[in-house]
Amino acid sequence: MATAAITAEREHYLNKEYGIRSWLLTTDHKRIALLYLASITFFFFIGGFFALLIRLELLTPAGDLVQADTYNKLFTMHGQIMVFFFLIPSIPAVLGNFLVPLMIGAKDLAFPRINLLSWYLYIIAGVLMFHCIVTGGVDTGWTFYTPFSTAFSNTHVIEAGLSIFVAGFSSILTGLNFVVTIHRMRAPGMTWSRLPLFLWAMYATSIIQLLGTPVLAVTLVLVVCERAFHLGIFDPTRGGDPLLFQHLFWFYSHPAVYIMILPSMGVVAEIVPCFSRKRIFGYKFVAMSSIAIAVFGFLVWAHHMFVAGISLYSAMIFSALSYLVAVPSAVKVFNWTATMYKGSISFTTPMLYAFGFVGLFTMGGLTGLFLAALGINVHVTDTYFVIAHFHYIMVGGAVMGYMAGIHFWWPKISGRMYPEAWGRLAALIVFLGFNLTFFPQFILGYLGMPRRYWQYPPEFQVLNVLSTAGSTILAVGYVLPMVYFLWSMRYGKIADDNPWGAAGLEWKTASPPPTFNFDETPEVTWEAYNYEEIPAPAEVALER
Amino acid sequence: MFDNFPLWPVRASSGAGNVDALYIFLVILSAFMSVAIFTMILVFALRYRRRAGINAEQIEGSTPLELTWSIIPLGIFIVIFIWGAVIYFMERTPPRGATEVYVVAKQWMWKLQHEEGQREINELHVPVGRDVKLIMTSQDVIHSFYVPAFRIKQDVLPGRYTTAWFHATKSGTYHLFCAEYCGTMHSGMIGQVVVMEPADYQAWLAGGGASGSLAASGSSIFQQLGCPTCHRFDTQGRGPNLVGIFGKPVQLEDGRTVVADENYIRESILSPSAKVVSGFKPIMPVFQGLVTEEQLTALVAYIKSLGPPPAGAATAPSLAPKPQYPKE
Repeated sequence: MATAAITAEREHYLNKEYGIRSWLLTTDHKRIALLYLASITFFFFIGGFFALLIRLELLTPAGDLVQADTYNKLFTMHGQIMVFFFLIPSIPAVLGNFLVPLMIGAKDLAFPRINLLSWYLYIIAGVLMFHCIVTGGVDTGWTFYTPFSTAFSNTHVIEAGLSIFVAGFSSILTGLNFVVTIHRMRAPGMTWSRLPLFLWAMYATSIIQLLGTPVLAVTLVLVVCERAFHLGIFDPTRGGDPLLFQHLFWFYSHPAVYIMILPSMGVVAEIVPCFSRKRIFGYKFVAMSSIAIAVFGFLVWAHHMFVAGISLYSAMIFSALSYLVAVPSAVKVFNWTATMYKGSISFTTPMLYAFGFVGLFTMGGLTGLFLAALGINVHVTDTYFVIAHFHYIMVGGAVMGYMAGIHFWWPKISGRMYPEAWGRLAALIVFLGFNLTFFPQFILGYLGMPRRYWQYPPEFQVLNVLSTAGSTILAVGYVLPMVYFLWSMRYGKIADDNPWGAAGLEWKTASPPPTFNFDETPEVTWEAYNYEEIPAPAEVALER
Repeated sequence: MFDNFPLWPVRASSGAGNVDALYIFLVILSAFMSVAIFTMILVFALRYRRRAGINAEQIEGSTPLELTWSIIPLGIFIVIFIWGAVIYFMERTPPRGATEVYVVAKQWMWKLQHEEGQREINELHVPVGRDVKLIMTSQDVIHSFYVPAFRIKQDVLPGRYTTAWFHATKSGTYHLFCAEYCGTMHSGMIGQVVVMEPADYQAWLAGGGASGSLAASGSSIFQQLGCPTCHRFDTQGRGPNLVGIFGKPVQLEDGRTVVADENYIRESILSPSAKVVSGFKPIMPVFQGLVTEEQLTALVAYIKSLGPPPAGAATAPSLAPKPQYPKE
């Protein structure tokens, strides 16, 4: 009772104003982060529902649960929603929005109104996509390959293309805002070499969003124009080239993988030091590896096209460059592991997700070595091996990192603690369900089961049944946090300003923070991750 | 018992073993690396778990260690890259003298034409022990020709030819999948490759209802379309003499040189003005939309069969079917 009275007295960003207007017209980066949180969660569960239907259809070799056309729409919209409406905005637009100003000691982002605009663009795109879904959907695959998308599909390609076009601008504006904010609005003493690694990762991500997304926008405009006006850019009967589309598409969509994974790497680089009570091992190398990944990531797109009909020698160059981008990723894994050495480690929910991230990302990365090897790529590309590989990166990596981050910063966001025991249980369920879902798909892929198959030869059934079983476990693992986070907003234990004893500036203000974040502009006189100077929290804060 | 639960794909081509070898190497390497990382995390997590009164030891990092774990992986990656590239180079370089099979893909079936004239749908019969080169194109969208037992896959594009090759080593029936999403019945675009002992294959060839070789049917299409009017087998025609041009460099009007391969012949039939041979006028009519993909492959096979010419002789095709075109 006493604690409730205290929170009621102190003004913060959540209780400063009430009412729908105060949310829809807000320019507070923290409130916009929550608007994003609600919207991407909505799309995550729609995309997840489609995924479950896909897995149920694949329970039996025959195409029996849904029609072939329906199945094709399901995997298309699962991909488009998860990539463009969940993964790409996930950490940047939610945690990035919330944390970038807090971590550098600023009052808000550089352009608060543009920040709100980017959410509205996301919503416009989302409404278009949702309309597209309920009026019949689209069946091109999330990759929109021509000439199928431009001349053969008779679904709502133009609407889906425009929706993603608009979503792209939302992403560009968020990236722009972060770049300017990180350059211009750091508190006194917050030098580049004191920047938390999450911000290095966000900075690298923003650069990719700024440079890559316009190419996607142009590509989608070309697809829409070709479909509407038969321009002949991709149509071989008019002198066009369908492979040109693939080059343009992957020029964005490969770096987009790093838009999804780099922020998660940043989250893990915050969490592992905190729960090891240690400096990060090799700060400069972890920071620079983010930049290296962002730069090299732009030079590997054609590794999606080794069997598409590109020349022998360009395939070799792109294969070699793909191995180059694997080095900074490996460096990160080694540094996170080394950070734990001689630490003082506690097993909180965020740390468990971080462990899961490191393990699953390692497996995703290692199987990437298979795919970059030209001779093996020919056999396993466009099979379930690829599906398994990129889900290890995007779900095992990006989503695990997102879950880790949401748990870690939830006390700061909501002012409440989530129930720790439930959190650990959910993390375990996600980890087991994930592996049961996707590990069998590596074997399926090497056996030769092609992706995007509505029906399949019966010898692939046992592995598909395992995968479907795993997906239901995974679903439970994702619904649980949804439930206990909502529960904790009302009934969770009141959080201290710094319940984890973490080092970032965001923990030096109240939980939840006041509207302008800090009562007075902080001055930074210490290095990042100065855990020798911060006492570990009492165990009471960790248990329950 | 593994009929319903196979864990390894059948190996039925000369190249499959190479792919499997690198794959096994990578599986072992990955297993080793995963176990190493997982063990380290587990050991650190337990050994250094939080205890009252024991604080973490602060370590800044170590440049020698960073260089070590950058350079060693890079070295391993270079080995994998070279190994993979060598296999790819072999996969992408058909041996000389391989038997050619023309493949036309369409929503949602595979149409195959043998040099001997046999036509098949969703089935490809080949003998054990022969190099087979596939010359493939699509009538509509992008498809992909994938035979897991041979470890080969190649996208099949509209508007151009792509190639793949294999050398079957084991008789049996293997899946032929379309591996590039191509619309409603993508998963129904399945066929089979039937690999036969040479004697069985000869029997199959003899039993088929082939009406003359592919080049012969190309020859009659060549006549029907009136090509010989200009493409005469001497130097007097308004178009280039086609004898022996296949696979040879051709000097173009704009000074470039291209090799007269399948794609060049195809392009020169469909949109002749794209690359005009030096010394000729762009007077040939456009055949885009007037010939089917099957007719095109027959024409390509015919033009291939016109050569190579005997050394020094520019006329008198020795290997070609006797010119049957009307004299004007």
